[in-house]
Amino acid sequence: MSIAESAVARPVAARFACAHCGLDVPPGLVDESAERQFCCHGCRTVYAVIHEHGLDRYYAFRAEAEAAPQPASPTGRSYTELDDPGFQARACWTTSDGLAATELYLEGVHCAACVWLVERLPSLVPGLVEVRLDLPRSRALVRWDARAVTLSAAARQLDALGYRAHPSRGLEAQALRRREDRRMLARIGLAGAAAANVMAIAFALYGGFFHGMEPEYASLFRWASLAVTVPAMIWGGGVFFRGAWSALRVRALHMDLPISVGLLAGFVHGAVNTVRGTGDVYFDSVTALIFLLLAGRYVQRRQQRVAADSAELLASLAPSAARLIEEEVREVPIEALLPGSRIEVRAGDTVPADGVISAGRSALDLSLLTGESRPTDAGPGDRVHAGTVNLSSRLEVMVERTGEDTRVGRLVKLVEEYGRRRAPIALLADRIAGHFVAAVLVLAALTFAIWVRVDVGRAVDHAVALLIVTCPCALALATPLALSAAIGQAARAGFLIKGADVLENLTRPGRMWLDKTGTLTEGRAALLEWWGDPGARMLAAAAEAHSSHPLAKALVAAVAPPSDVPVAIVETQGGGIEGTVAGRAVLLGSPAFVRARTGALPPEFERRARELPADGLTPVLVAVDGAVVGAAGFGDPLREDASAALARVRRRGWRVGILSGDDPVVVGSIGRRLGLGPEDCRGGVSPEGKLRVVEHESTGGSVVMVGDGVNDAAALAGATVGIAVHGGVEAALAAADVFIAHPGIARVADLLDGAGRAMRTVRRNLVLSLCYNAVSAALAMAGFINPVVAAVLMPLSSITVIAHSYRARSFARPEPPPCR
Amino acid sequence: MYVLLPVALIFAAVALGVFVWAALSGQYDDLHTPALRILHEDEPAKADRRER
Repeated sequence: MSIAESAVARPVAARFACAHCGLDVPPGLVDESAERQFCCHGCRTVYAVIHEHGLDRYYAFRAEAEAAPQPASPTGRSYTELDDPGFQARACWTTSDGLAATELYLEGVHCAACVWLVERLPSLVPGLVEVRLDLPRSRALVRWDARAVTLSAAARQLDALGYRAHPSRGLEAQALRRREDRRMLARIGLAGAAAANVMAIAFALYGGFFHGMEPEYASLFRWASLAVTVPAMIWGGGVFFRGAWSALRVRALHMDLPISVGLLAGFVHGAVNTVRGTGDVYFDSVTALIFLLLAGRYVQRRQQRVAADSAELLASLAPSAARLIEEEVREVPIEALLPGSRIEVRAGDTVPADGVISAGRSALDLSLLTGESRPTDAGPGDRVHAGTVNLSSRLEVMVERTGEDTRVGRLVKLVEEYGRRRAPIALLADRIAGHFVAAVLVLAALTFAIWVRVDVGRAVDHAVALLIVTCPCALALATPLALSAAIGQAARAGFLIKGADVLENLTRPGRMWLDKTGTLTEGRAALLEWWGDPGARMLAAAAEAHSSHPLAKALVAAVAPPSDVPVAIVETQGGGIEGTVAGRAVLLGSPAFVRARTGALPPEFERRARELPADGLTPVLVAVDGAVVGAAGFGDPLREDASAALARVRRRGWRVGILSGDDPVVVGSIGRRLGLGPEDCRGGVSPEGKLRVVEHESTGGSVVMVGDGVNDAAALAGATVGIAVHGGVEAALAAADVFIAHPGIARVADLLDGAGRAMRTVRRNLVLSLCYNAVSAALAMAGFINPVVAAVLMPLSSITVIAHSYRARSFARPEPPPCR
Repeated sequence: MYVLLPVALIFAAVALGVFVWAALSGQYDDLHTPALRILHEDEPAKADRRER
């Protein structure tokens, strides 16, 4: 296509979509003469790899999958740490056909097209036998021929396709959980089969009940249903007996206790009557109870497993390789590092261990640990921490602490610990269970005491019938079903909720702490204030047009200077720039930089230069032809919806505060604009400090932490409910209980509203099932319950609860975000 | 009746056994990805018309 043609085909201001990811191509990167446009170098590389191997169908599949576009970012790493014998001994195994196998966690897989591309890998890497991707867990099972190819070759190819491979950690814990899941499923199958068969047999018995039956056959049916019930009782019901027993031992009340009482009463009574060859049996009710309750339990478990999986994700994301300096530099797994090793950290790499710089000078990005967004300079003798990113040049580091002993390692450990043993909160259903079991036992005793005057046998029958029909099936299903239905709706509305207790905790207003950078603010510099000549602002922006400095970009974005102005400038690192723009001498930079070149500042601008930092803004002065004519204040702008959203949160009874690692002055200025008192704005708080604040919060209700960074991760895990907002790093997502997938702080308020509606559904459910139980208890006490009545009443109550749970609309699908 | 009932129960036991085996051998671990995989399994003929 010639340039002339393309000019006709597209209007001048046309937007170009990246050929790989489909996002807009920045105007500076559009190459009119090229056939395809790319938004970044990463996308160009990945496109080349996919195209070269004839895998272009990926794009067709992705169009069908309607996934959100993401630019690709291959790193070009060597991944040789995956070939280290120590790593292979720990994480890889040999399959029965002599192939090596392992599981890798892949960053960046998100749709059906990714499944296709990743599983085509064996056609790209000879010797690789099979790759199976588990999309929901982002894990790929890789099998390869160890004689023909190395694992690192496969990882490099994945990297070239834009998927970063991490060795999957916590394999054993995962395998354990998966085994438990499978057993649970098998139990449900058994209980379901038993319930269906016993019910079929029970129909025959009911036929006999209404129309008469030979005692011989009735006895046969009783024995058959007993035989089917026994395994369901042992294998399926065992879950509840164990739960009740362990709750009893720690003198806690649990829903398993009334369930076990009901199940045991029904089973023993039925078994005795079977042996005696006369009387009622309730085996159909017992097996149906086991089946329904197990299914409810399974739904609940699956949500908790998602939470546990994500903790391992956090571990998998930590850098896995380090460059060890011996005679020559080689990549080793991080676990091979020892205190005293000397390592190399190249520009752009993440520091793999805590240590002291022995050679080199560079700027470090500490944002992972502290939330501080500006780079920090470091040189020989300075301490560096694992997890920080080396920005500008090569460093040599003497290792002091590795792995779990590093600062970030301790943070991860804190996250795990808090995930496991956070302060137990008696959930609504369990609190009810306590009263419930007492009430049922009293009623059963009462029934026996009343009927024993008539006849001992009938007294036993009626007391047992009461225990069975009041077995809290609907009650035990009421909470988990309503919550899991709400959590499913929430996921479609863009709230990923990891635990069933989250919604309940969100309806107990207490304290809400919010991170500042990236949560309340947009997390990027912008021009917020300007004094002086607007013409000077245009000149300054033109001078900055080609600078890569973040403040320069912010100025250009705000002013949009004409691109046809002749510009000749010199940039001084860490100070400012000077030069000529359209024939006029322009000078701009920090007050010190400008003062050094123009002499003393005019008093008005001297005052501005002092006031701006006090408001938490970074001052930049502009001089034209040697005279200072403008002052700009740059800062991180508050999100548009922050004020309104916090007002909504406060109306619900929450006390809101800011908890940030940034400068207290900046935090105070943001807090004032949001109408928060100074005692609610805490700045300069370390990640551990955030955890302490969250932990020692003494307001009565829940403590909620809202954040987006690794520096918030420990506090997110330590809070009653941790909420990670849109744009957060994966570690924060892993530690949080809720992840909000749509931008905007208003979503936090939406979440609270949805949680309120979900809990109202739960309460209605509980009332419904308690009503059923009250009615059936009354019937049992009056002696009207027999196996047929029980078989009708019990599923009826469960179905009511199920229908109510799935009909309720707690979370509405939000309006789609406006198109860009 | 003494034959029919045990036979029916044995059928049920066999079906249950198959399910338990499938569950324990991990066939229900990931219910999402295989559904996507089948969309791509058959490669079209070599003349793969790519949209340009």
